[in-house]
Amino acid sequence: MPMIVPPLPDPVSFVDARVGDRGPALLALADGTVYAGRAFGAEVAAGGDLVVNTSQTGYQEVCTDPSYAGQVVVMTYPLIGNHGRVFADDQSERPWLRALVVAHATAAITDAAAQLAALLRDRGIAAIAGVDTRSLARHLRTHGSGRAIVTAPGETDRDSAIAAARAVPRWEDEDFVDLVSPESPREVGAGEDGPLVAIVDFGLKSSIVRDLRERGARVLILPHTATPADVLTPDIHGVVLSPGPGDPARLAGPVALARAVIADGRPLLGICLGHQIVGRAAGAETRRLRFGHHGANHPVRDELLGTVQVTAQNHEVTVDAATLPADSGFRVSQVNLNDGSVEGLRHVTLPIETVQYHPEGAPGPLDALAVFDRFVAAAREHAGAR
Amino acid sequence: MTDRPRSVLILGSGPVVIGQAAEFDYAGTQACRALRAEGVRTILVNSNPATIMTDPTVADAVYLEPLTVEAVEAVIARERPDGLLAGLGGQTALNLAVALSRAGVLERHGVRLLGTPLLAIETAEDRELFRDLLDRLGQPYAPSAIVAGPSAEARTAAADAALAEIGLPAIVRPAFTLGGTGGGIVETEAAYRERVRAGLRASPIGQVMVERCLVGWQEVEYEVMRDADDTCIAVCSMENVDPLGVHTGDSIVVAPVQTLPDPVHQRLRSAALAIIRALGVEGGCNVQFALSPDHRDYAVIEVNPRVSRSSALASKATGYPIARVAAQIAIGRRLAEIPNVVTGTTVAAFEPALDYVVVKLPRFPFDKFPRADRTLGSQMKATGEVMAIDRTFGSALQKALRSLEQAGSGPLAEEAEWASTLAYLAAVLAPADAPEDTDPGAAPPIRWTGEAGEACESTRHAERAAAPIVLRRFLSPSDDRLWRILALLRRGVPQPAIAAATGIADWFLGELGRGVDLEHRIRAAGAIVTRPDDAAGASLLATAKRAGFGDSDIAVLAGVGSADVRAARDALGLHPGYAMVDTCAAEFAAETPYFYATYAAAGSEPEAPPVPRPAALVIGSGPVRIGQGIEFDYCAVQAADTLRRAGWSAVMINSNPETVSTDFDASTRLYFEPLDPESVEEVVRAESTEGEPALPALVQFGGQTPLNLAASLAAAGIPLLGADLDAIDQAEERTRFAALLDRLGIPQPEGGMARSIEEALTLADRIGYPVIVRPSFVIGGLAIDFCYSPEDLARQLAAATVVDPDRPVRVDRYLEGVEVDIDAVSDGRRVLIPGMLEHLERAGVHSGDSIGVFPPQTVSAWDQDLIAVTMERVVLALGAHGLVNAQFIVRDDGVYLIEVNPRASRTVPFLSKVTGVPMVELAVRIALGATLEELGWPGGTLPAPGFVAVKAPAFSTAKLRGVDPSVGPGMQSTGEVIGIHEDVRVATAKALVAAALVPPRPEEGRDLALISLADRDKELLPRLGAALVKAGFRLAATDGTRRALERAGLAAIAVAKLGAPVTDPGEPIMEAIASGRVRIVVNTPTPRSGAVRDAAEIRHAAVAEGVLCLTAAETAVAAAEALDPAIGERLAEVRPLDAWVPRAPGGL
Repeated sequence: MPMIVPPLPDPVSFVDARVGDRGPALLALADGTVYAGRAFGAEVAAGGDLVVNTSQTGYQEVCTDPSYAGQVVVMTYPLIGNHGRVFADDQSERPWLRALVVAHATAAITDAAAQLAALLRDRGIAAIAGVDTRSLARHLRTHGSGRAIVTAPGETDRDSAIAAARAVPRWEDEDFVDLVSPESPREVGAGEDGPLVAIVDFGLKSSIVRDLRERGARVLILPHTATPADVLTPDIHGVVLSPGPGDPARLAGPVALARAVIADGRPLLGICLGHQIVGRAAGAETRRLRFGHHGANHPVRDELLGTVQVTAQNHEVTVDAATLPADSGFRVSQVNLNDGSVEGLRHVTLPIETVQYHPEGAPGPLDALAVFDRFVAAAREHAGAR
Repeated sequence: MTDRPRSVLILGSGPVVIGQAAEFDYAGTQACRALRAEGVRTILVNSNPATIMTDPTVADAVYLEPLTVEAVEAVIARERPDGLLAGLGGQTALNLAVALSRAGVLERHGVRLLGTPLLAIETAEDRELFRDLLDRLGQPYAPSAIVAGPSAEARTAAADAALAEIGLPAIVRPAFTLGGTGGGIVETEAAYRERVRAGLRASPIGQVMVERCLVGWQEVEYEVMRDADDTCIAVCSMENVDPLGVHTGDSIVVAPVQTLPDPVHQRLRSAALAIIRALGVEGGCNVQFALSPDHRDYAVIEVNPRVSRSSALASKATGYPIARVAAQIAIGRRLAEIPNVVTGTTVAAFEPALDYVVVKLPRFPFDKFPRADRTLGSQMKATGEVMAIDRTFGSALQKALRSLEQAGSGPLAEEAEWASTLAYLAAVLAPADAPEDTDPGAAPPIRWTGEAGEACESTRHAERAAAPIVLRRFLSPSDDRLWRILALLRRGVPQPAIAAATGIADWFLGELGRGVDLEHRIRAAGAIVTRPDDAAGASLLATAKRAGFGDSDIAVLAGVGSADVRAARDALGLHPGYAMVDTCAAEFAAETPYFYATYAAAGSEPEAPPVPRPAALVIGSGPVRIGQGIEFDYCAVQAADTLRRAGWSAVMINSNPETVSTDFDASTRLYFEPLDPESVEEVVRAESTEGEPALPALVQFGGQTPLNLAASLAAAGIPLLGADLDAIDQAEERTRFAALLDRLGIPQPEGGMARSIEEALTLADRIGYPVIVRPSFVIGGLAIDFCYSPEDLARQLAAATVVDPDRPVRVDRYLEGVEVDIDAVSDGRRVLIPGMLEHLERAGVHSGDSIGVFPPQTVSAWDQDLIAVTMERVVLALGAHGLVNAQFIVRDDGVYLIEVNPRASRTVPFLSKVTGVPMVELAVRIALGATLEELGWPGGTLPAPGFVAVKAPAFSTAKLRGVDPSVGPGMQSTGEVIGIHEDVRVATAKALVAAALVPPRPEEGRDLALISLADRDKELLPRLGAALVKAGFRLAATDGTRRALERAGLAAIAVAKLGAPVTDPGEPIMEAIASGRVRIVVNTPTPRSGAVRDAAEIRHAAVAEGVLCLTAAETAVAAAEALDPAIGERLAEVRPLDAWVPRAPGGL
């Protein structure tokens, strides 16, 4: 029996009329797989490494999280756009992902400016709807992650799309931190009481600042180029190495900075990329996961406290526990229950803690906010001791 | 774990009633299996014989006993369990555990309460303790006040204070009641006082909470779990489409949350976890929140520290087996060490990620109770529910609507009586093509239905101003509000107006609107959608399928036949893909997932090849409804189990999230799909390989649902295993059936078919009144009624609007006598009759509502033999294979056959358990080709056992305002219970106690039994009166009954009839009922006498006051005799099922 290709439904099936589709487009993978859909973002082509996010809520936080810089994000939850855009929930001043892939671009009854699509279009981010994102996630699970391109509206030639996907630079070969990091320092809460915390911004999310501020800390946000001299001034009571995009193996400067902070012994908190940087500073290797962790449901056990918490995660790279030098002073403090990967480090004697996951959620559970409690308490103690 | 219990007693939830249905069979069965797998001995107590959990294979020891402190203590004394697991049997089990603890039973026998501690249960259930806890946590709740007190005066004062503090409208919630029994929203002071009084009586602890009504707030629920290590997870979030005010069991529910931004969702999730931490829950828990429309504020509504209907839904929506994990936590295991059975590689300490949308719709019983009050509030009214899965809300909703299997419940259904209101609202509210009329005189007239139901017409501007009020009334919460909204959207009424009138979130209305837009497009396109060669038509068809539209609905919209739509789809290759429910959004490979159809995966690579052959499809029974309940899930589960043990793959299809059949391990592969021809055929297609025979189907085990599908499945070329369409038709088509009985010379009530009222009247004159009237193809006696006179018959037929015009009405002579229910298994040559049940009530009470006694006690051996022989002849003549059920009437003038059903019947689980005959298993083996002889079973009737088993119905009518609780030919009960004992009186008493058909033990000399019997029942009056007096009641009766009692030597207090002159002696009857002294009303309907309406009002008053109301004289006698102290002390004589019934000889 000949294979019949069933007819395609109308674009309105995947792109709500209130969002408005921008014409046919393709999602082409470097391995030659092609998905047809409808463009609903900016009218550009864009490519990068595919990552699959399984969060059911929080599309807006995902889009504005700098850690997604350079990536094409696939949402497995099939309805993206349900509540439009809540401006206060943005994690940074703009979306950083290269392109967004969804099954359905939905809408709330709001004005056009408050649709998710407006955020993407205003900032030149490509987006495609009408992709069976579950099928795509299965494909990537079986064949491994890779590069892909979302074509501009109207560009539906499969071969040239595949060629374009293959021409996308490899994620490991690109630097993203300088793209997303600020150029100059910024202080929040100047003049208040409370410990002063320096955050080295490799791709900071606003929720981290909020969580620190809620605990009474003053915050000094520094560019990724910050030197030990910038960070280890006497008035700084604690240091945060923020999350961010890209491969820590390319970040020699920040790793050296981390080494200096460790040597100093000041309270230090590393989150996600910041955790990986501290891991490398402690002498461990980092390696890329087959498919990263991107979701809001990852169980993590604290090996010291014995607790299990559900965490938000978003990373490609993991600290290799086997390579952590025994004399580094660091111990693996938290592990992922699904694959046993390292989720946190603690220093045996110093007030240093790192977490691979995102205690700030955004999107995701807020079960691990105690990480901030501990850090701010340590910073406060450091301030008091001086 | 050193303190892990070696044996655990598990409490079931008793009979299915509204608010407590199949979900607890699912939970209990999962728990038993999980604990046995952990090497723990399981002891189960449940009074419900229709459940899977009470099957001898599920638990190590099964006690079919009433869920009373006395009976459970006797079981504990006999079995000496280490632990008690009460969190899986609903509110019934939780309340019983509290009672056992308070009575000192647990301490006396050294039994540990497992799982969530008693203090947590009490804190969650006691409104005041719970509010203190929320205060400590800083969690907000709606302002509320408690009404309770030691005296009537104190309670009145508390009610006054509460009213002053909270104001109106308010929600009244009685403490510790099932499904919100007795609660509701009140808007007037009169309603408030009445509801508080009823609520105080309904609450077992005499406590009512009055809560501020947060009108228009959204309702959001979280299913959360916690273990003893304080690890907490949120398994599932759910958003109710219906705003606060409608019981969540009656609401349209969507999972996961749809309209909440992440911070709002996380705030509620964190609050839920904080609450279960503070409570110290160990196991599953449900937390409900109200969320303000702007998402800024929320309030904790309630917490259920146990598995629940919502947790069953959450389990099926996510694939996460909450009950199983809760049972494991209860015996000391930790979430982080319990494997995730769906993926097989990860652990239970995680939160499922959904990559689909789940929609749950409630199934209401109003098709059975057309006079019931259909408004919805805090009292749950649905008997069951359906769940559908797809990638969008709209498409999942369409599938859920098709799953309801209810006449007139399709997405396009509109009721004729809405027409004028819809026209009026559309005329006023829909954006007109013409500009807003400035000249009122020139405006077209508008028509609508007024508040009293009168037709209105006006051209006046002022009338238009009423539109928002009319709209609000039209859309007040009711079972059909969804259809009303769709009807308004269809007529262009703008979404903001509907949002303002209902409080439903804009997003949901927007999605409904998208569906309606598509309807318009299909209507406009017409037959083009079925032309495969028309590109626009093909695209529109693909669009409609993607949006979840059923072939039959597309056909209606396009004005073509369903077969045309199907043909176009075949020509275009347009079929759904099937995707997995795998708990992890494809992040990990899954070992035991289940599947749903979605056109969003139409072109995608299949996730799994067809199941290994040989294989068969088991069609389930859909939502729990009156007449088709959990007993058919038992049959479907047994059928799938038998297939697997025979080395076959069992493919299950069902739409009901509450059931065991939709558990991931009940079959080789599960499809969560509507049970309509289209969905079943597509599943068969997906499970069949091109060029090989199609997957065969078993249609005998899901009640009427699969049987109704049989013809269309056969027409689609799907083999039906062990079912003969002709035998089905011959048994169901009443003219053919009558001809068969005539040919066999088997007596049957005289009757015939009528196609018009005139024909029916002529026929009835010939056969004589009373007659019984029924349409062909019935479930549970739908639209059946007795008629005692020509006027009665004419009225009945005129009212029977649900009768399909293509199918004429059957009119039969109504014969009074002793009714006997019989089930048989046949292989076509031999017939095995495990047993028969004799009905306690004289014929005329639906078999599902009657008390059945096995083996028969009053039917002579000769008549029993005659019934068995007749059954054998009919079954063989029909050529039926597998299970056959029949009903006979035994009279002085002979034995009559009333009806035969060639399928598993309601009594199969009961009879299987009390006879030890694995009836479903035999039927399936026969369908696969075996004979009874090969299976080791003789033909003929099995000998009667040395005990008596009594089946009694359980009713939910008290929860349905406006329903007359009198039993009759139309089935009303929602569940059933069993009582087993050597002594028929003890067995009967056990069953009646378990079914709550026995009044509370009276306070000597104070409590009244109010009796009013129809003349035909008066011969039972002396026995009834004597038994009630012996039990300690004072009798009260209206004049006629009182004199009859006095003639029998029994004194009775006079009660004045309704509307009697004030000079009549005695207290007016309504006042007597309202006084609270009446504890039982026996009121048997008097057909065709002037007292019918009065009697109905008395019954309604009794139900409203929470007074037991019995309407069959025989039941009343049995209930009164059950109170005999000599019987009462024997109710605790318990024995496990296998001590009564040895397992099947040789087994299978």
